[in-house]
Amino acid sequence: MLATKAVMEQGIHVEGINFFTGFCVEGHTHAIRKRDSDKPKRNNSLWVAEQLGIKLHIIDIIEEYKQVLLNPKHGYGANMNPCLDCKIFMVNKAKQWMLENGFDFIITGEVIGQRPMSQRKQTMPIVAAESGADDLLVRPLCAKNLPATLPEREGWIDRNQLFDITGRSRKPQFALAKQFGFTDFAQPAGGCCFLTDESYSLKLVDLWKARGKRDYELDDVMLLKVGRHIRPKPHFKMIIAREDGESQFMSGYKKEYISMNCHSHRGPLVLIDGTADDDDLHLAAQILARYGQGREAEQVEVTLRDQQGNERNIVVKPLLENEIPKEWFV
Amino acid sequence: MSQETLNVRRMLCPLPVIRTQDKVKTLQSGDILTVECTDPGVMQDIPAWCRINGHTVLETRAENSEYVIVLQVV
Repeated sequence: MLATKAVMEQGIHVEGINFFTGFCVEGHTHAIRKRDSDKPKRNNSLWVAEQLGIKLHIIDIIEEYKQVLLNPKHGYGANMNPCLDCKIFMVNKAKQWMLENGFDFIITGEVIGQRPMSQRKQTMPIVAAESGADDLLVRPLCAKNLPATLPEREGWIDRNQLFDITGRSRKPQFALAKQFGFTDFAQPAGGCCFLTDESYSLKLVDLWKARGKRDYELDDVMLLKVGRHIRPKPHFKMIIAREDGESQFMSGYKKEYISMNCHSHRGPLVLIDGTADDDDLHLAAQILARYGQGREAEQVEVTLRDQQGNERNIVVKPLLENEIPKEWFV
Repeated sequence: MSQETLNVRRMLCPLPVIRTQDKVKTLQSGDILTVECTDPGVMQDIPAWCRINGHTVLETRAENSEYVIVLQVV
């Protein structure tokens, strides 16, 4: 937002690009969970574009992004976040878009030292070189700490009106925001990608391990964002809705997964990921019963539903809390 | 002028916006597009996308946990 504004202040026409990897947080959990229904659901990139009065192009890169996540040349951050490869990939995509749409150069909001992996003095030239953007990539917020780019050398943009921000502190950005008259800002980077989240990353790795291959579909990515995940056996996992909003969202997947819910008592919807036989489903029903209002009952009736919608009921005894090993929780 | 419907149920934002954006690219000025969604976030996001791109939102309505947005392409 600040980088864009800084360039627009020089009378330069800017349009925004927002890439959707599938792992973007963007209020998904808020959208799903009823208890978060009072939280704002705005898409930050759209909001920023509207505040700035620029066009925004949101680009679906879900399929192409798989290669970035599965084979990152520069490795992962603290979790499954391939931040440097991600940035290189996105800048490369931005360059392609720039060429196809008659634009002259690319700007990003990067700041040297802002992020420990992808925004370091050493990584700035790597992003520029490996993305192919080279010196058409301008970082207005820290430009004065970097060699002059082609747009600066050619006078398309005035380097003197760019900035020299460095480090993790966001105080200079807040000051600049105040100078520009901004009173509200979007979530800072790092908090907007599920791959930086430890719990999410563990679930993703568990999914790959269980399937014996490192691959995923968009539905996998979405379902890792919801529910309590319990893996009683290596070949199947339960996704247990934690509240009504999640149950409603997960009910949209009944045609893709075996599902179950408690028939005799109020309780959550469960999806079964993997291949579960009758014994497995019986165990899953006992676990499910633990999370419903029948947890203290001697027995409960559970409805099992296959992907074609065929239903049957079984009667099970709910497991006690200490009968569900901690190791089962993903 | 044509009237088209786009089903983006189950998709979470920004996918409904992306699919709307892609669909609108195939339409002509004056065409009307009805977008059917389940993510309540679309009630903010699709109108915001329309405002940014100059399209007109003719109607937004919520009915039985579904959200419908009718827009006219500029």
